[in-house]
Amino acid sequence: MRLTRRYRFCASHRLHSDELTEAQNDATYGKCNNPYGHGHNYVLEVTIRGSVHPVTGLMHDLPTLDEFVTQEIVSRYDHRNLNEQVPELAGLVPTTEVVSAVIHARLDRGWPQEWPALDRVRIWETRNNIFEVNKEIQ
Amino acid sequence: MKITRRIEFSSSHVCAIPGRTEAENRALYGAAANPHGHGHNYALEVTIAGEPDPVTGMIVDLKEVKEILNQEVVTPFDHRHLNYEVPPFDKIVPTTENMALEIWRRLAPHFTGAKGKLDLVRLYETEDLYVEYAGEQA
Repeated sequence: MRLTRRYRFCASHRLHSDELTEAQNDATYGKCNNPYGHGHNYVLEVTIRGSVHPVTGLMHDLPTLDEFVTQEIVSRYDHRNLNEQVPELAGLVPTTEVVSAVIHARLDRGWPQEWPALDRVRIWETRNNIFEVNKEIQ
Repeated sequence: MKITRRIEFSSSHVCAIPGRTEAENRALYGAAANPHGHGHNYALEVTIAGEPDPVTGMIVDLKEVKEILNQEVVTPFDHRHLNYEVPPFDKIVPTTENMALEIWRRLAPHFTGAKGKLDLVRLYETEDLYVEYAGEQA
């Protein structure tokens, strides 16, 4: 069985690579290359995989999961500038592909061994752009 | 190919293990252990897998799916108190996990192959919490 919990954070970013020329950045990232940046209401879905406890009917203690994800991600990403204020994104272009992979890696690294497995991270950048990562597809 | 049908139902429930104190249940389930109950607008997505019939072009007759979902889920669950009115939740705790398992048990016998096979049950308790069950063991 899989259980998915949804979190939200609002953040700004700018898509720009120092390795590309101004024209190449413009061609690659379009309006996302705006030097002043822009922002999104991100939705973060964290999916866990495991079995249901026969007595409690629960797979996992959700407040504990919420606390972990809030501490590791939401409280550090919400109302921040992803280029400037999130250390693990420093020097990276914060496309949602990159943000998804970085968030998955951070959750995976701190994930308590006794918990149900971390199955998937999915990020909605907007209602229309959705990115997902698991251990197999990085 | 897969086809997914979505339905909604609204129910009340209490998450508490019979015989345990209210304090013990609150430690496990938080606000959901309130003995007076509370409720949700549940959304259920039922996915059927199969190949489209060469003549009708359909995997499964959706009118039949609708009838089965009404008979097995909407009619018994909607506007009911799950603990008092919907067995087996008089004996097992109506967590989202247990509800997804029970819905799978109710639906699986109706979709065994000829009419498409039951592939996945996805039950949303709220927009921010859902459980997926595909018939796997444990």
